[in-house]
Amino acid sequence: MMKTVRIVVLAVGSLVILAIALAWPRAGFVPASSPDAWATTPANIARGAYLARAGDCIACHTARGGVAYAGGRALDTPFGRFYGPNLTPDRTTGIGAWSADDFWHALHNGIAPSGRLLYPAFPYTNYTKVTRPDADALFAYFRSLPPQRQANRPHEIRFPYNQQALLAGWRLLYFRPAEFKAQSARSASWNRGAYLVEGLGHCSACHGARNSLGATDGALAGGMIPSLGWYAPSLTANAEAGLGDWSEAHIVALLGTGISPRGSATGPMAEVVARSLQHLSPSDLSAMAGYLTSLAATPSVPQPAPAPAGEQVLAEGGRIYAAQCAACHGDDGKGRSPAYPPLAGNRAVTITPAVNAIRMTVNGGFPPGTRGNPRPYGMPPFGHELNDAQVAAVLTWVRASWGNAGAPVTAPEVNRYRGVALD
Amino acid sequence: MRSRRFRWPAAALLCALFSSLWFVAHAAPQPVPDTLTQRLLACATCHARVDARGNPVNDSFYPRIGGKPAGYLYHQLRNFQDGRRHYPVMTYLVEHLPDAYLREIADHFAAQAPTVLPPSASVLSPALRERGRQLVHDGDKVRGIPACIACHGARLTGVQPAIPGLLGLPRDYVNAQFGAWRNGVRRAHAPDCMGHIAARLSPDDVAAISGWLAAQPLPPDARPADSIARPLPLLCGSAP
Repeated sequence: MMKTVRIVVLAVGSLVILAIALAWPRAGFVPASSPDAWATTPANIARGAYLARAGDCIACHTARGGVAYAGGRALDTPFGRFYGPNLTPDRTTGIGAWSADDFWHALHNGIAPSGRLLYPAFPYTNYTKVTRPDADALFAYFRSLPPQRQANRPHEIRFPYNQQALLAGWRLLYFRPAEFKAQSARSASWNRGAYLVEGLGHCSACHGARNSLGATDGALAGGMIPSLGWYAPSLTANAEAGLGDWSEAHIVALLGTGISPRGSATGPMAEVVARSLQHLSPSDLSAMAGYLTSLAATPSVPQPAPAPAGEQVLAEGGRIYAAQCAACHGDDGKGRSPAYPPLAGNRAVTITPAVNAIRMTVNGGFPPGTRGNPRPYGMPPFGHELNDAQVAAVLTWVRASWGNAGAPVTAPEVNRYRGVALD
Repeated sequence: MRSRRFRWPAAALLCALFSSLWFVAHAAPQPVPDTLTQRLLACATCHARVDARGNPVNDSFYPRIGGKPAGYLYHQLRNFQDGRRHYPVMTYLVEHLPDAYLREIADHFAAQAPTVLPPSASVLSPALRERGRQLVHDGDKVRGIPACIACHGARLTGVQPAIPGLLGLPRDYVNAQFGAWRNGVRRAHAPDCMGHIAARLSPDDVAAISGWLAAQPLPPDARPADSIARPLPLLCGSAP
């Protein structure tokens, strides 16, 4: 009897070990075509600089007011605070001692030259799809930067998330090194768009829903950006930012200039446009737009009609709108494009959670200044003019006017998002 | 008699004209004015607050920026952008504006006439008031504190192109700036002269200076002076 039990336990145990071994993410390796691929030639550097912008590497790898790519920007997550490391070619504090293969391993496999597993705050779950030639061009570009001696700040990650064993388990569940596979049935432009959106662009890092362990499934179904407190809308649900009914020209305008007749880029997206997307070529922006519009729309889940707001609240909201908002956004809520975006039918205003609309009302903001819109019109902050209940009232009214059908906003919600979250 | 015959047609014509004007005004929305005033309404809401009658409000915290030297204003926009000054809403607002636009913004507000606000009533004891006057006009040689007027101008209205005036500012704002310098959360380009001065001032000195300044009326022409005797008593990275 004991013998049978022992055999069964042994068999189950070996099966589990075998399963883990089979599922263990294997480091993929693609050799460089030749050392010329990452030589610091003007052509490689220029290509790498472009790709670094497509990946918005500068965003996490540059502290506010700091030297570009020398690291130090904090990224707050539910698991602790990460600091982007130094990417300049300093030999002791940067990546000056790295080989092109080391760089590839970090990007493709999420493993540092020391063998240490990297945290997916560095979005190698997306970057794994970057091709070896592109990785080599990026490496050439970073090696061409002036080396900056700036020690990396150690991450401040809470127990148990700071355990490498736990990270190994996370990778077992959520990460496989992968190469981008072009779909031959689709156009070259569609494939280019898919490559940029899924890979370097790492759009799903914000626009993907994250589970409690911080993993996304790569879909662009929308989610709160942890700690920043902005909502990155779904790019596939038409009830949110779903781009299915946007024209390609409007998407390209939004990504390339920060403004469009449908709405403006604000909050964290303003940064993405300013630092990354405005620098991309028109053909790459159209490719991304084409790919995004081709994504299958998420079927809209029928929501129960929001409980109508009280008449008093609506009346108060309408009064505030007429006094404070109508001069720019119009009595009809149509705005005055391109300076002032429409509020009627603008999903950034009507989606739930209402956090983005609250932040815009309380803190105002400028769309990013770009080559296509170098002197943006700004929206004044109203946080010092309107109290929580007044902001809630005017947003409730806007979300229920001109055919908009957003749920009422409450004063506690406004209070929660009153502050400006800066790193 | 003859003129009366024309009254009705003339009135009808006028009616038609006015109604068509009304129609044009309401059918096609006015284009958004392509002016910096319109583009920068986001700044005016705090820095140029007016009451219901359009009179300037001396707010408890937000400093007036109209008429300040353009170089000073530009440096502050950059300081917020680069984290040398900490006021989250300001950093958030200017974070993604290009440098050329920041210079235009600075020039725009610098070209405005300084807002003349009535001084606030002095809240200082006579001794503290005298201490404030003394620090502003003479400094404290023993502790190596230069007089405010040595850099900010004999009339305290600032000096072109980058030294700000000190009158017409809310007392709380001036106190907050000294506190920020002492705590290292307001910085300027090195060498940070005001950082050095703030470190040498006691809290009483700061209260004396801010209280004395806030009680002074602005001179009739509150524009910054064109120049000041050089060298300045301290080296200033932002006013070399």
